[in-house]
Amino acid sequence: MKYTLSVLVENQPGVLSKVVSLFSRRGYNIDSLAVGTTEDPAVSRMTIVGQGDDRILEQVEKQLNKMIPVIKVRSLGAGSVSAELLLIKVGCEPQNFGEIHQIATMMKAEVEDVSRSAVTLKFAGEHEKCETLCGLLRPYGIREIARTGVIALERGT
Amino acid sequence: MVTGAEIIVKCLEAEGVEIVFGYPGVAICPFYDALYDSPIRNVLVRTEQNAAHMASGYARVSGRPGVCVATSGPGATNLITGIATAYMDSIPLVAITGQVNLEQLGRDVFQEADITGACESFTKHSYLVKAAEDLPRVLKEAFHIAATGRPGPVLIDVPQDIQEQRLPAFLYPERVEIRSYKPRTAGHPMQVKRALEAIETARRPVICCGGGVVLANAREELLAFAKASGIPVVSTMMGTGVAPMEDPLYLGMIGNFGRSCANRAIGEADLILLCGARVGDRAISAPNQIAEQAKVIHIDIDPAEIGKNMRVDIPIVGDIKTLLSALAEKVEPANCEEWARQVRRYKSEFVPRGEPRADFVEPRAFLRDLSAQMEPDAVLAADPGQSQIWAAVNFSQREGRFLTSGGLGTMGYALPAALGAKLAKPGRQVVAVCGDGAFQMSMCELATVQATHVPLKVIVFDNRRLGMVREYQNKRYRGRHIGTHMAGNPNFVLLCKAYGIPCALAENNERARELAAEMLSCKTPYVLVCRVDPETPSL
Repeated sequence: MKYTLSVLVENQPGVLSKVVSLFSRRGYNIDSLAVGTTEDPAVSRMTIVGQGDDRILEQVEKQLNKMIPVIKVRSLGAGSVSAELLLIKVGCEPQNFGEIHQIATMMKAEVEDVSRSAVTLKFAGEHEKCETLCGLLRPYGIREIARTGVIALERGT
Repeated sequence: MVTGAEIIVKCLEAEGVEIVFGYPGVAICPFYDALYDSPIRNVLVRTEQNAAHMASGYARVSGRPGVCVATSGPGATNLITGIATAYMDSIPLVAITGQVNLEQLGRDVFQEADITGACESFTKHSYLVKAAEDLPRVLKEAFHIAATGRPGPVLIDVPQDIQEQRLPAFLYPERVEIRSYKPRTAGHPMQVKRALEAIETARRPVICCGGGVVLANAREELLAFAKASGIPVVSTMMGTGVAPMEDPLYLGMIGNFGRSCANRAIGEADLILLCGARVGDRAISAPNQIAEQAKVIHIDIDPAEIGKNMRVDIPIVGDIKTLLSALAEKVEPANCEEWARQVRRYKSEFVPRGEPRADFVEPRAFLRDLSAQMEPDAVLAADPGQSQIWAAVNFSQREGRFLTSGGLGTMGYALPAALGAKLAKPGRQVVAVCGDGAFQMSMCELATVQATHVPLKVIVFDNRRLGMVREYQNKRYRGRHIGTHMAGNPNFVLLCKAYGIPCALAENNERARELAAEMLSCKTPYVLVCRVDPETPSL
């Protein structure tokens, strides 16, 4: 089972390493981890996506809550919005540019850079849509990918 | 003007610290210089690991955080095993380490080690102080975090130039404000009600008392609850000593090396009340099997312990002292007289093994003898290995304390922990029980014993073997003994003499009993070496 945790932490040096070390020493895996500041500069939000059953998720939440610099842990389910930023560089001969541009338009990805033999697209959206875009571009030869990992917020108030 | 180092010392004084255990080096020298003018007593250890163990023994007996101090680099890394030992047993410690100058940090200079990084998984929290202005808040928070909630070690790493930094004034904060740290103490009333209902319907309930009861100083509350409800009590190794052995409701220690009567009781129970017990593998090796047969109530201050190792029906998060006192007040006598009679019979059928011998000292018989000779509130510290099991099973606790490294199983813990305990409560009888293997891991602290003039008593069970590993090799590897014969052991009597500490050798139980009486009555430190048959089993 895939889970997404939204973790508010004190914005102090060393907090990221404390959180990551907790995951590694207790044997929990991390699919992706994104960190950024919030509206309060003293607080950062970490969005952690991992795999595990309910028992593991419960332990992860409890162990995170135990850490002194962790302010709040919330498991995000269906009632949340999530997005990921993707930069993808695809091999592109001039004769293919039209097709790639078509895919980009269809998926609402932006063309960020064009060179003689490659195109770099930027896309922001749900994790699954990022996967779809990568799948569509794979036949043209993906040169490089950079992804931020998922960030997420609860819906509503 | 005050320096950062003076601020640290003033903070310690404000926290009521009377003693620090440590070992100086250049990076912590400003602190030591500030200590020169303070009434705080400095105990110079012989290796830093033992400073942490002494602080741990001190903390366990005094009920306040113990403080240990080391320099940067190797001083700090030597502390790690001691810090990890305290972490596994939830002992409140504040460890202060010197660090290289802030401006040199990260350049791999002489005696630099990333100690906060290295201790990440063994500390409840840690600080690398980057401005002297932060010191009062950091120290205040460290003592608060170490002692509250589930206690544990907190590390404060202070670069030398921060210790030397000058500030206009010292102001110790009155209160701690950590928005993300507010341990829950009360416990949910609804859960307490559910627990009481479960007790009402249970027929074969058992209370399992863990180290949390000791840490919360909830001994009286646990005994009152057991008495009011009539529910039989077993304990984990860390909970040993809470209930006196002669208490008719108490069955003894559970686990791989526990008393069979206690294991039988927990194995047949239909309701288990885990009180400050974390269901360690050595206490309950098949938690899921047990949880299938019984309803489980788990009371713990640390929510993460609930459900970690065992399925739980009724979790109660809170301070065990508050909760047990609430339960003792509200509980009706449980409907379990038949069951209580049955487990009392199990207890009476249990006969601890080991008869006094004339050719060796039989350690189990000797420890039963010794407990009868000692004062009711005596403190016994035992080293991991066979000594730990012999002591836990055979030493009859009354109102005393049992100090041991139950979680990490650190050899060499007993002697320094016992010394720390004795310094915390000089009026109490304190005895360390070590095997010859563990004793040699902390034997250098005999010098600290001598220098502090503490009349510490040490028993060394000398079988010239690493007994517990050897026993495992017998069972698991067809007796192919390797690395467990302690060839080259010194003559311990001569060695103690060299330290100026009285020492005697016992070669049979009768002599051991006489010498134990001599040891307990003498006003100086004393080491009693007992010659033990290597074939003596743990149980």
